[in-house]
Amino acid sequence: MDFANYDPAGARRSREIISAKIVVAGGFGVGKTTLVGAISEITPLTTEALMTAAGVGIDDSSKVPGKETTTVAMDFGRITMAQDLILYLFGTPGQTRFWFMWDEIIRGAVGAAVLVDTRRITDAFAPLDYFENRKLPYVVALNRFDDAPQYELEEVREALAISRDVPLVMCDARHRDSVKQVLVTVVEHAMLRLQNEHGRGYAPVG
Amino acid sequence: MEPRRDPRGALVRPYAVTRGRTEPSRDIALEAVLSANATQATEARFAGHDKYRIATVCEGRAQSLAEIAAYTRMPLGVTRVLVADMVAEGLLTLHTAAPATGYEERMNLLGRVLSGLREL
Repeated sequence: MDFANYDPAGARRSREIISAKIVVAGGFGVGKTTLVGAISEITPLTTEALMTAAGVGIDDSSKVPGKETTTVAMDFGRITMAQDLILYLFGTPGQTRFWFMWDEIIRGAVGAAVLVDTRRITDAFAPLDYFENRKLPYVVALNRFDDAPQYELEEVREALAISRDVPLVMCDARHRDSVKQVLVTVVEHAMLRLQNEHGRGYAPVG
Repeated sequence: MEPRRDPRGALVRPYAVTRGRTEPSRDIALEAVLSANATQATEARFAGHDKYRIATVCEGRAQSLAEIAAYTRMPLGVTRVLVADMVAEGLLTLHTAAPATGYEERMNLLGRVLSGLREL
C-alpha cells in the first residue's frame, strides 16, 4: 500500500468509492425488476438471504410443517456514474411476509419509489403504509400497463390516500427514460426533504 | 423465493464456510463497495477457496456486498461474514456507502447522484 502512489492505475483503483442506493418497492409482480432492468448497466442480479428464526414468526410456517428456513431473493441493478460513484437500485421482495428484510434494504438509502399497478391498486396499501411510517423519502410511481384502466393521477392519490407532499408520477417501467424520470423525482424529493429538515433544525444561513 | 428442498441443509451448509459464525465482525451495508488490488487478490489465494473467489470477483472492478453474494452464489449473510473477515485481514478494501451524516455532505452526494441520473 505504501507504494500505491508509484502506480497510477493502482492509485486510481484504491481511491475511495462512494455508493448510494435507491429502493424500488411495491407489491408482488408490479414490475420492480423490469424497472431496475430498464436502467441498470448490468442484467439485474439476485441475491439470496436465508430467512432464519427472526422471520419465522412473521412467515406463517404452520402451513408448511417442519419448515424452518427459506430463502428470500432480492433483485438489484447498478449504475456506475463516475469512477468514484456508483448508484445501486434495490428491489424489495414482493411478498409482505418478507418485510423484515425491507428494514435492511432501506437502511442508508437515498430514497424509494413505490411502484403501483393500477389493475391491483389495493396491493399498494401495504407498501405505502410501510413507507409512511419510515423516515425515508419516497415517491409513488404508477406503472402504466397496456391493459390497465387509465386513471388520473389525482384520482389515484385520493384512492390511495397519498399525502400531498409525496410526489406521484406516471411511468412505464420498461422504458429507460421513464424510469430515469422516476429516479430523478426520488432524488429531487430527497433533496427537498433534506433541505426542509435542515431549515427547521438550524438557523438559516446568510 | 423458491423454498429449499432441505431446509436444514440450507441453514447448515452455507454457514459451514464461516465455521458456524452468523455475525460479521463489522457491519457492511448491502451497497457498500469492496475492491481488491492485484496484491490482495494474490494473497487471497492462500485464504481458502471462498475468500479467493470473492477476491477474484472484486479484482479490477469494485463490487458491492450484494454483487459479491450474487456472483459467488452465496447467501448474503454468509458473504457478509466472509467479506468482513477479509477486510480485517487486509484482503479487501472497504469503501464507504453513502455517508448519512452532515447536511453539506449529504446534499453534495444527492446532487452528484441527480446529475449522474440526468446524464444517462
